[in-house]
Amino acid sequence: MKVGLFIPCYIDQFYPQVAIATLQLLERAGCEVVYPPNQTCCGQPMANSGFEHLTKGCNDLFIENFHEFDYIVSPSGSCVLHIKDHSPSIPVRNKIYELVEFLTDVLKIEKLDASFPHKVGLHQSCHGQRGLKLSQMTELMDPAFSKPEKLLSMVKGLELIELSRKDECCGFGGTFCVAEEAVSVKMGKDRVTDHTLHGAEYITAADMSCLMHLEGILQRQKSPLKVIHIAEILNAG
Amino acid sequence: MSSNHKDHAALAGQFNKDEDRVDWHDQTLWWVRQKRDKAAHQVTDWEVLRETASGIKNNTLSRLSEYLLQFEEQAIRNGVIVHWAADAREHNEIVTTLLKKNKVDRIVKSKSMLTEECHLNDHLEQQGIEVIDTDLGERIVQLAGEPPSHIVLPCIHKKKEEIGDLFHEHLGTPEGNADPQFLTRAARLHLREKFLTRKIAITGVNFAIAETGEFVVCTNEGNADMGAHLADVHIACMGIEKIIPERRHLGVFLRLLARSATGQPITTYSSHFRSPRKGQEMHLVLVDNGRSVQLGREAFRNSLKCIRCGACMNTCPVYRKSGGHSYHTAIAGPIGAILAPNLDMKQYADLPFASTLCGSCSNVCPVKIDIHDQLYKWRQVIVQEGNAPAAKKASMQAMNWVLSHPSVYHAAGKAGRWVLKNTPFAVNNRLNPWYKQREMPEPPKESFGEWYKKNKGRSKNE
Amino acid sequence: MNSREKILAAVKNSQPPLMELPPVHVPPMESSLLEKFSSVLASIGGTLFVVRDFAAIGKILEERAGEFKRIVSTCPELSAVAETDIRYNAPQEFADIDLAIIRAHFGVAENAAVWVTEDLLPERALPFICEHLAVVLHRKDLVATMHEAYERIGSADYGFGVFIAGPSKTADIEQSLVLGAHGPGTMMIFLLDSGSY
Repeated sequence: MKVGLFIPCYIDQFYPQVAIATLQLLERAGCEVVYPPNQTCCGQPMANSGFEHLTKGCNDLFIENFHEFDYIVSPSGSCVLHIKDHSPSIPVRNKIYELVEFLTDVLKIEKLDASFPHKVGLHQSCHGQRGLKLSQMTELMDPAFSKPEKLLSMVKGLELIELSRKDECCGFGGTFCVAEEAVSVKMGKDRVTDHTLHGAEYITAADMSCLMHLEGILQRQKSPLKVIHIAEILNAG
Repeated sequence: MSSNHKDHAALAGQFNKDEDRVDWHDQTLWWVRQKRDKAAHQVTDWEVLRETASGIKNNTLSRLSEYLLQFEEQAIRNGVIVHWAADAREHNEIVTTLLKKNKVDRIVKSKSMLTEECHLNDHLEQQGIEVIDTDLGERIVQLAGEPPSHIVLPCIHKKKEEIGDLFHEHLGTPEGNADPQFLTRAARLHLREKFLTRKIAITGVNFAIAETGEFVVCTNEGNADMGAHLADVHIACMGIEKIIPERRHLGVFLRLLARSATGQPITTYSSHFRSPRKGQEMHLVLVDNGRSVQLGREAFRNSLKCIRCGACMNTCPVYRKSGGHSYHTAIAGPIGAILAPNLDMKQYADLPFASTLCGSCSNVCPVKIDIHDQLYKWRQVIVQEGNAPAAKKASMQAMNWVLSHPSVYHAAGKAGRWVLKNTPFAVNNRLNPWYKQREMPEPPKESFGEWYKKNKGRSKNE
Repeated sequence: MNSREKILAAVKNSQPPLMELPPVHVPPMESSLLEKFSSVLASIGGTLFVVRDFAAIGKILEERAGEFKRIVSTCPELSAVAETDIRYNAPQEFADIDLAIIRAHFGVAENAAVWVTEDLLPERALPFICEHLAVVLHRKDLVATMHEAYERIGSADYGFGVFIAGPSKTADIEQSLVLGAHGPGTMMIFLLDSGSY
């Protein structure tokens, strides 16, 4: 199966190691992975700011780059959700997957050759969780399940910590992070406090945008707590 | 009024200056959310119930004109006098006329977010009429000269010491006494005198039944009943969307309302008013005030399903950490942000952006309003109607151009990383809102695109 | 066009295409009705007395008579302990009632609410204005949920009816629960259980 690797703009520019880990993880699982070099962005930052009408360029570029693949996979829940909900191409909507759900639902991974002997806190990025249904939401009275936790349980030595608020938003929210700076940071600080109080050494998530925001706060606090994308954990060791 | 007020971001910024207070406000409301969760877990068919309530409300909106006519016919048959108000101004006039007709200048009022929306108290006071809000939380904010900050918990933003001070000043309670039990008892005595002497009582309406012409008022305190059953004239004010088709549907809504709002199985009182008692006059004021316009907005009409439980506010991290007053409107929080722009898009253009679109609100909504989807859609409408700030428009157009042209994007990315690495002070300063309380990300030596080009995507195993 | 016509026309023009009413599913109740009613009542601050007959109610009230100055009841069976021939000109005169004992049609197990209609009261104000409230109910008159409650109410022709669940309360001051807001501060439920079924 031919997989088109979609790497969000900020991962491409600031967190290439997440993209490299994603690529390696997919190849180790037996996929033929191609990274179309002319990709840029899914258009979400503009759409979420009310400028959906300016996203035609991004949409067309995306379709042009990715329409030929069997699957499109990305290490970003929010970008994938945006494409799934808003891409003008139905075929594209139907074959795009976030990394975690691709591993559990399409590749049906049952074991991983990975080791990460650390205490890890899982941040449930909202678009992945509530949008893509990567795991059950605490608001709903429905049976529990979690695709990221399922994958993390396959990693040797990893200890998943409990949290007080399992799925509260980190406050990044796209342009919200600067337009509503005070609330955004307060939300991020509260998440960081929750992980810190429960003894996390690493905070992981399926969305680098959340982690970038939390990392900014952690570094300003000079905290020893580090962030790491789930792709890097699943590809570790 | 519109251009002078501060927007949500500015008001939220002020609220966040006192971090301890934000923590207190946030934890109190999160606790209410947890109570809701506990109550919902105990109802085995909770998600089915939500779906049913949502379906009943969908049906109601699709036949609203017929149901309104049916309701009016039944109510009149029961002896209720029905009035229709196209907008807030007319609602206020109708109420004032009724009071003046009865030569009454002192009244009691139980909780009605509709009357808050219409600014009824201000209007009546200008006409020389004294209005006493009898819900304890509302009485507290009334004494403080503030609007309520939450539709169910009006003074959730006030600490008991502040309430103690207010009661000391206005009710003569001992200075420094902040005991909730003592203060509530003082309020009981103070308001009891009002109930016993006022001839006209205004209440809100939680549900109005088309089939029978009755309406239901839910309280924990009993203040709506104390007002209505002792008054000669009972005026009930309701938005036209409060209709539900049949009496038996109350079984669905009364199982959902209090559990969603406070985690109680039901409010202490669910009073069903059908006809006036002997010698009493009962009036019902049906209010449109923009609701028929919202009904015509395909993307936003579902906001009219709201049963005013407040669950969305309790779960919303932005509401909890910015406070209801940051929304500068009668109904705050997520539901407020999708209702208010319909009333005045310019004045409330900021509200749909006061959100990270996390989606928690939609999940707790007992009638399954797609709140977070509507927030996204309002953003598009607001921008299309020309209500986006010019600077934002310019930066979005620039972003669009960069992201539509791969070579420009690559160059811009490289340039950005170079600046961060070599001249960080250009970015790490007071002009950069990110940098105020967060470090910028470390610029890597190459982008993934550059790495891939060099390594042609070879995995580490090759 | 007056406002009524304007509003109705605007609504009719704006309303979406018909969406049918959904069915209402009534869930089965897991525990016994009395067990559920009893535990919920306790959690909302009410007190339950399961008694054989009115004589037993009378005895309980006699023991507590010193607590209440003015006791009224709509139950003629309690004339020994309460005022049962209640005369008044206006409901405001009920303001000094310490304890009112009334009947209810039935109770709802899932929320410990009791259904009272106007025909069971001399005045609508009575169960709200008294300092303390007691309600007499038959054990056989317990239903499981609000769905059964409304089935039971059916198309009854009341001018006023109310579900009362426990004493009046508020948590408006820093979420601190206080019993006794504007309505009664305590609620007793006397559940008549002759044990014969």
